[in-house]
Amino acid sequence: MIEKADQIFVILLHWILSFLPAAWQPYVGVFICVATIICVFPALFAIAVLLERKGLGRMQNRFGPNRVGPLGIFQPVADGLKSLTKEDIVPTSADAVVHFLAPVFLVVIVFMGYAVLPMGRNMTLVNMDAGLLFFFAMSASTELSVFMAGWSSRNKYSLLGAMRAVAQMISYEVPLLLSSLVIVMMTGSMNLGRIVDAQNQYSWGLPHWYIFTPWGFAAFLLYAIATTAESNRSPFDLPEGESELVAGYFTEYSGFKFALFFLGEYVGMLSVSGLGTTLFLGGWSAPFSFLGWVPSWIWFFGKVMMSICVFIWLRGTLPRMRQDQLMNFAWKFVLPLSLLNLMVAALWRFMGEGLLRWGVCSAILVVAYVVMARVGMSREQFGPRSYRYAE
Amino acid sequence: MTIVFYLLAAITVAGALAAMLLKNTVHCALALTVAFAGLAIQFLELDAQFAGFAQILVYIGAVAILVVFAILLTRGSETPSEGVFSKTWLAGLAVAAAVFAVLGWAVLNSASALPGETAKPVVSVLEIGNALMDRYVLPLEIVAVLLTSALIGAVIVARHEKGSAK
Repeated sequence: MIEKADQIFVILLHWILSFLPAAWQPYVGVFICVATIICVFPALFAIAVLLERKGLGRMQNRFGPNRVGPLGIFQPVADGLKSLTKEDIVPTSADAVVHFLAPVFLVVIVFMGYAVLPMGRNMTLVNMDAGLLFFFAMSASTELSVFMAGWSSRNKYSLLGAMRAVAQMISYEVPLLLSSLVIVMMTGSMNLGRIVDAQNQYSWGLPHWYIFTPWGFAAFLLYAIATTAESNRSPFDLPEGESELVAGYFTEYSGFKFALFFLGEYVGMLSVSGLGTTLFLGGWSAPFSFLGWVPSWIWFFGKVMMSICVFIWLRGTLPRMRQDQLMNFAWKFVLPLSLLNLMVAALWRFMGEGLLRWGVCSAILVVAYVVMARVGMSREQFGPRSYRYAE
Repeated sequence: MTIVFYLLAAITVAGALAAMLLKNTVHCALALTVAFAGLAIQFLELDAQFAGFAQILVYIGAVAILVVFAILLTRGSETPSEGVFSKTWLAGLAVAAAVFAVLGWAVLNSASALPGETAKPVVSVLEIGNALMDRYVLPLEIVAVLLTSALIGAVIVARHEKGSAK
């Protein structure tokens, strides 16, 4: 029974395929899997948007959407219908072909990343040897679509937003790759399934997730910072800073093309959350060994939604950074720390079992963090704040 | 296999041709990306996963973006009035033909240089990593030093000199 609940989607797929002739089975199987991914994640996108609007509302002492349906839960449906029926405006001076291609390209690329994510036991669409590399190759290609959107609109705000977005994404891609490289070093594989298997072990009922090691914890924090910047979320949402750039690179998009950008942003956020879950939080494995009977896909999607909640919480808490702060933070703080973390992981690997390596590795990381933060802060020369009120 | 190959080859060549012939410089850069993508899928078609994904990551994720940035930051994407063809196109054609001849000669001779390679080799990412860290560590280090010096050089060129106006 437990087995069946765990494998319910796999069993369902095989049951559907058993009605078809053998020659069709591989093609139809792939088609069904892809169609499922393309349906499930936009549904999660709707839930995430609703969560975000209601949660942000609460954090800002207001109600959030509460008119459409009970407690406002049909708000995403209303939003979707509205964006479908709105007029699609293309500016006269815009480059029509590139303007049209940009959102399409973004959504296609963003969905590709899901092909390698293990969403449960035996639930990976393509079990690639270089799965992690594939994921990063796809997420790096989204920059091009951002640029296409900003450039083709022929609008100074769009272009400025695109330039900011691309500069930011290139800068934070380096720490993103370096922080994930630690996991590859320790697992000895780029296959995401094998990375999950390596974490799916328990001692004294506690899991061997990589986040529960000094280097894994540091890498997780660096990964979280870098992915927040990659997905242009607050506090790194300069490319879309409303008070400066109207809406950044998609200022000139309306109707369903705007909705596609919105979808792309959230689906991208869900996919980096999924990758973070796979790399650091044990993927589909249970947090305690006695909870092993809960189906694996519940753990995966639960962890992803938890990460989304953290994204929303960050957005409600932190103010937006300035452009120079953003770049200084990437190149002078996040990048050196992730390079140091590579060294620490190598040290951990060669120190052998024992408590000593825990102490040494944690001490190096904590000391480096404190020293770099102190030095960085002292250079900024923050004095006591002075306020000037209107007189 | 062959149909896929011809389709990909057509897409790649069309992208490269468009990159040369289009009037708008940004369009050229985007067409070049198509050619890069075609090459990447060609690698994947040959079961070279690492090379294919590295091609996408480096060429589409970094080189194409760099090209586009360079176009935007230097002279704008407007079409030059004298047309897109350079005046020295004859010399360019000769250089391109020479490079193509050398490459073609090398490819045609590769069969005799590697005797006994009958079956398609299956290479995992792990093996590539081991080979890079073991047998080919010296070339890897030389490339790393070269790239680092290029990086430092770029920073020095871009840095404002002291005393000069910003």
